[in-house]
Amino acid sequence: MNESQRVLSTVLRPRADHDRREKIIRAVLLLFSAVSIFTTLGIIAVLLQETILFFREVSIVEFFTETRWTPLFASKKFGVLPLVNGTVLVAAGAMFIALPLGLLAAIYLSEYASDRARKLLKPALEVLAGVPTVVYGYFALTFVTPLLQKIWPQTQAFNALSASIVMGFMILPLVASLSEDAMSAVPQSLRQAAYALGATRLEVTLRTVVPAALSGISAAFILAISRAIGETMIVAIAAGQQPKLTLNPLQSIETMTAYIVQVSLGDTPQQSIAYKTIFAVGMLLFVMTLVMNLISNWMTRRYREVYE
Amino acid sequence: MLQNHEIALSVNNLNVYYGGFHALEDISLEIPARQITAIIGPSGCGKSTFLRCFNRMNDLVPSARVQGQVLFYGQNIYDPKINPVEVRRHIGMVFQKPNPFPKSIYENVAYGARINGYKGDMDELVERSLRAAALWDEVKDNLKKSALALSGGQQQRLCIARAIAVEPQVILMDEPASALDPIATLKIEELMQELKKDYTIVIVTHNMQQAARASDYTAMMMLSKEGSRAGTVIEYDRTDAIFTRPKDKRTEDYVTGRFG
Repeated sequence: MNESQRVLSTVLRPRADHDRREKIIRAVLLLFSAVSIFTTLGIIAVLLQETILFFREVSIVEFFTETRWTPLFASKKFGVLPLVNGTVLVAAGAMFIALPLGLLAAIYLSEYASDRARKLLKPALEVLAGVPTVVYGYFALTFVTPLLQKIWPQTQAFNALSASIVMGFMILPLVASLSEDAMSAVPQSLRQAAYALGATRLEVTLRTVVPAALSGISAAFILAISRAIGETMIVAIAAGQQPKLTLNPLQSIETMTAYIVQVSLGDTPQQSIAYKTIFAVGMLLFVMTLVMNLISNWMTRRYREVYE
Repeated sequence: MLQNHEIALSVNNLNVYYGGFHALEDISLEIPARQITAIIGPSGCGKSTFLRCFNRMNDLVPSARVQGQVLFYGQNIYDPKINPVEVRRHIGMVFQKPNPFPKSIYENVAYGARINGYKGDMDELVERSLRAAALWDEVKDNLKKSALALSGGQQQRLCIARAIAVEPQVILMDEPASALDPIATLKIEELMQELKKDYTIVIVTHNMQQAARASDYTAMMMLSKEGSRAGTVIEYDRTDAIFTRPKDKRTEDYVTGRFG
């Protein structure tokens, strides 16, 4: 073997060797990405299995039409509506705070703030998202609820409103951050076009930037709703454990997540019907958030503006 | 040289700074009404910056500072009492890359009129503006279609229609044909000849032939001196004079292609 052949044989490695390495790398990477899929499938399988067992004992009609939820009492009733009501009540209240404030914060950050203000404010806002939810829960119980009781003395010690308010502030950074991303992605050329037509900054924002970013903003909103439905710690601590069909936010209620926590932490024997309820409720919760996420995905694709 | 013309815009001792960077140095000239004035010069000499002084678009750059006067029919648009938004309603702009809004063709044209609280017949205004931009026949059956579905040349004419719909006196064009093919470019140039009956047009162009073909007056810009990065107007005259008997050696070198 002369000099140039030796150089070639080391620089240009044989093809078979190369192919084998590629295959191994590919297989390892595939394995890692498959882990999350198998985990999800596993969770669905367990949920489904226990849910089916539950519905062997309780009719699906009763589950969705009965208005009392008392699986832990002597006279058992399995109407999930009070739990759904609690979840929707708290989530709706949280959205009432998080969506408008989050969008306004995003508008400020994306369209009005100077570079310096943005560099300071965005991380500060994201710190809010980093506070552990258990801290938010106790904040609701020990600070917000007494405040509410000063305004409305009939406010119960555990109530939906304080959980709503605090959850709203917890979700606000998510809405602000995702909406801001969507608005910043609107090309500068569109803003210039609007300014050149004599638009004010407010008109540029409301008539050009927000409409152009609408798909991203709606996706952020729906993700926020999904987050509120699934949020557990705040409601478990501050909203109470009384499944009730009520629209009065000053009363104690129970959300689906809080119920699951209550049963999981108690001494409910396995295989009992009370034990199986948490899978049925969990399944419903899973379906609700899944639908939200699918809508969010679909919206991002469906309404994505092609700018150029 | 402008004695026979009404003056639309008059620039006096204009200087522009971006932070500490001196971008435009001491420019004075007059833009005749209902004529086409071209601004030519090598890249980076401040042509676009100069154009953006006429409708205060430089205000949108936080570090930009403008000194001197730009008189619009005698009124200084940089007077602190003047609202820049108001200036832009009288002095419209078309950009280098077509930038229609991601809305329907109709809504694109109606945008400016809507924000200005236009009280008249919107359909009529949209049709009139699209006709003036020589686009009506191509889009009249598809007004609800997205503007982004149009070709590049059509999009640029839509942007011109959108600017016209605000009924400005002046239209600024920042290399309006540089992203277009020769046929679409020709259409824009023909359109400019139509528009100059009603509008004062100031156009920045890289394309010397375009300036020679399409403009009545030409301002030649260049860095003010060796080593400086500030641009200025070194010669301003009738277009035929600039291209046939330039007075400045640098203009001659540039227009004959020996430089730049």
